[in-house]
Amino acid sequence: MSAQIWTYLLVGFTFFIYILIAIVARAGSTKEFYVAGGGVNPIANGMATAADWMSAASFLSMAGLIAFMGFSGGQYLMGWTGGYVLLALLLAPYLRKFGKFTVPDFIGERYYSKNARLVALICALFVSFTYVVGQMKGVGVAFARFLNVPFDTGVLIGIGIVFFYAVLGGMKGITYTQVAQFCVLIFAFTVPAIFISLQMTGNPVPQIGFGSKGNDGVFLLEKLNQLSVDLGFDAYTSVNKDNLVNMFFITGALMFGTAGLPHVIVRFFTVPRVKDARISAGWALLFIAILYTTAPAVAVFARTNLINTLSNAKYEDAPSWFKNWEKTGLLTFEDKNNDGKIQYVADANLNELKVDQDIIVLANPEIANLSPWVIGLVVAGGLAAALSTAAGLLLVISTSISHDLLKNYLRPDISEKGELYAARIAIAVAVVAAGLAGLNPPGFVAQVVALAFGLAASSFFPAIILGIFDKRMNREGAISGMIIGILFTASYIIHFKPQLGGTGIPDDFWWGISPEGIGTLGMLINFVVAISVSRLTTKPPKDVQELTESIRTPRGSITPKNSLH
Amino acid sequence: MSKKAQSYWKVNLKYLAILLSIWFLVSFLFGIAFAESLNQFNIAGFPLGFWFAHQGSIYTFVILIFVYVYLMNKLDKKFDVYEN
Repeated sequence: MSAQIWTYLLVGFTFFIYILIAIVARAGSTKEFYVAGGGVNPIANGMATAADWMSAASFLSMAGLIAFMGFSGGQYLMGWTGGYVLLALLLAPYLRKFGKFTVPDFIGERYYSKNARLVALICALFVSFTYVVGQMKGVGVAFARFLNVPFDTGVLIGIGIVFFYAVLGGMKGITYTQVAQFCVLIFAFTVPAIFISLQMTGNPVPQIGFGSKGNDGVFLLEKLNQLSVDLGFDAYTSVNKDNLVNMFFITGALMFGTAGLPHVIVRFFTVPRVKDARISAGWALLFIAILYTTAPAVAVFARTNLINTLSNAKYEDAPSWFKNWEKTGLLTFEDKNNDGKIQYVADANLNELKVDQDIIVLANPEIANLSPWVIGLVVAGGLAAALSTAAGLLLVISTSISHDLLKNYLRPDISEKGELYAARIAIAVAVVAAGLAGLNPPGFVAQVVALAFGLAASSFFPAIILGIFDKRMNREGAISGMIIGILFTASYIIHFKPQLGGTGIPDDFWWGISPEGIGTLGMLINFVVAISVSRLTTKPPKDVQELTESIRTPRGSITPKNSLH
Repeated sequence: MSKKAQSYWKVNLKYLAILLSIWFLVSFLFGIAFAESLNQFNIAGFPLGFWFAHQGSIYTFVILIFVYVYLMNKLDKKFDVYEN
């Protein structure tokens, strides 16, 4: 059977399963719609969190990004996993004990302020919307390749599918669908990696394989370093010294941003107990780590294969995958010196080959000549990754609108049924809006994702941490910290992003920190401002201090044994 | 806060300080700041600094969380705040 037929079969089969689960586990109450009834098993929740977290970008783009960055790519690997340590140790257990539905819930009650809730709500909406637009783009790329349709049509098909399944599901349906999607995506990511690792190094474990010797007896990494240097690139594993401060800050911004993203935090409201929230974060990271430790191996395999197959190859002899991807415009060849051969070198004036990092994972099985069913599997996996993340984000958007805005701000008297109805309408509107935004400005979208992490790191992360660990923290401190943190981070990013209309140039970066990393500084500023202001203003009310104490212990408030309680 | 709750919280903070130091050490120091020096050492085919940035820190993160879960479950029982 051809790759095309396998793709249809596998994608069709997995979609059938998702829809089946979404129908069986559909939500009946607001508690089920928002937090899946609060009774999800920690391992299942770990899988769902992992699927929610690993987006189209993790699945499709990350390995490619690393393949072209080498050592510095570690900032994404560490940045997008290290945040879970912060979540498990500093946030998840306490927020679970707090026991409400959303991040604005926590901010609003801990800081006894409707305005604080509103600031949190706007941040949550902005961050989630930015993110979901990126997912729609991922769905578009995967569908475009799979159905051989233009990108726009791919996005439209994606809108249709997500629409059906997110509106129906709610958190309950989404959680159980995500468990299935996790299995599909992790299988789809690791299977080709295992085959390629076997093929290139004889070792079935990619994580070990990419440090092993290749078939010619040379260590794979040494060979890749040599190939890279020969073509004028930096050695793959060598440290880029000029970029170290920036790498430090980017890694930090991604970690603190992860721990401040509303769609990640809300996952820990869905488990029954505080100890489940802790272990659930552990399971989630374990499942995420399977993909995140495989990705750098895939990156090394793909980069080596790419150079070996294409460098100085005759264009007319280029393999069929090369021609297929050329049609999508994501891979281009321009024969500058008219010798009919592909020159792939570091020097931009001589380089003739441009490969979009987004296609590395999708093209990898073809580059390595794997069976057609593996290609179909990868497409199904990419779609699972995009759909699961999109659904999780859409849920946060709809919750923000129906619960935080409508129920807690505009119309507190709304009925449970009315709130559920509003949540479904909000999700439907969000799907369509995100899809339309995904159609238009691809460059713009990629840039604002940096903004999403930066804002999460500089606003939510300090506000939540201080709300738990600093009993003295009050409304004035938290709000001024959040506002100054956000304003600083957003202005820096906008100033230095030409895609956002900024006029700054990289030479003017503060200490060489690029916009992707500035969230770390914004976070530090937030902490300093919040702590200073809180110490100069009045203490928080007594009941809020008691709330802070009570979330610090898993069960009740601590009372001596044999007391009347 | 009662005496007991205070000592529970103190032990928790001690665990956090230790585990987060390790978190910082393997990623920001081994994986970034000292990566170049560590790259002189080669382990199982990997330059060590590169290995920490692309593999080692992630494994450490997973272990850290499970160690914290283990420690806190024990602590919860000791202070009788364990949930059944």
